[in-house]
Amino acid sequence: MADVVTEMSPLDGRAGSGADTAVIVEHPHLSKINLRGDSGDQAFMDAVADAVGAAPPVEANTVMTAGKHSILWLSPDEWLVVTPEGKQGDMEVALAGTLEGQHVSIVDGTDARTTIRLHGADSRNVLMKGCPLDLHPRIFGPGQCAQSILAKADVLIHQLDDTPTYDIYVLYSFSRYLWDWLADAAKGFS
Amino acid sequence: MFLIDCPYCGPRQQTEFHCHGEAHIARPKDPDAISDVEWADYLFNRSNTKGVFYERWVHNHGCRRWFNLARDTVSDRILAVYRMGEKPPRVKK
Repeated sequence: MADVVTEMSPLDGRAGSGADTAVIVEHPHLSKINLRGDSGDQAFMDAVADAVGAAPPVEANTVMTAGKHSILWLSPDEWLVVTPEGKQGDMEVALAGTLEGQHVSIVDGTDARTTIRLHGADSRNVLMKGCPLDLHPRIFGPGQCAQSILAKADVLIHQLDDTPTYDIYVLYSFSRYLWDWLADAAKGFS
Repeated sequence: MFLIDCPYCGPRQQTEFHCHGEAHIARPKDPDAISDVEWADYLFNRSNTKGVFYERWVHNHGCRRWFNLARDTVSDRILAVYRMGEKPPRVKK
């Protein structure tokens, strides 16, 4: 008889941490699908819009949101489609259906990265301790995302609101390290 | 530390990039027809320019795209950034 496989995140069992004004909480198992295609091809843009509810953003470092789905810009021909937990199969099938016959790549990367949400008035100050991005509100605000480095770990950072709240996507193998780094960096803020 | 204007992502810190040496080196059309010396020259020998130098960079912690960059090796000023496939722009120091 086959064993029942339960999804596990490397951060399982870690409660929220950080400081009052910079709280870190894990949002594990968000469905993440890596999508590649030609944004100059209207058929591609329409097909993605049919499946997700919005066409992929063309402007660099921006996020398109439609209901519970988000499409994060990664590169001129690459996006990350983020949907709620457990929906990666549905989304993959939907994309494969509307994009059938087109020259695209649809890869489920749900279990490659986890998501750490950093929330609170001092969140920006915590990130600024280890990230070379210009996070000033004039440059980087809600609805924007960027791939960069946070404390030497490759991350994808998505700003959700003005609080500010950030979703930090990080590879499983770096997640415990980054969690500990964030918890430590948040010390001193309260 | 450089501030490099990635043609796709915008200005980012140098730590997000890697430099991969001199740009615009053409691979010999028929490697079998040339001598070992010529092949070694293509593989290993690079100019050590004092002044404007064209080089390849990759934004490996960002969009993972390659592009070209013209840099003054004396002042380290970045004079131009342009995409792969584009002709090198004429730049002044």
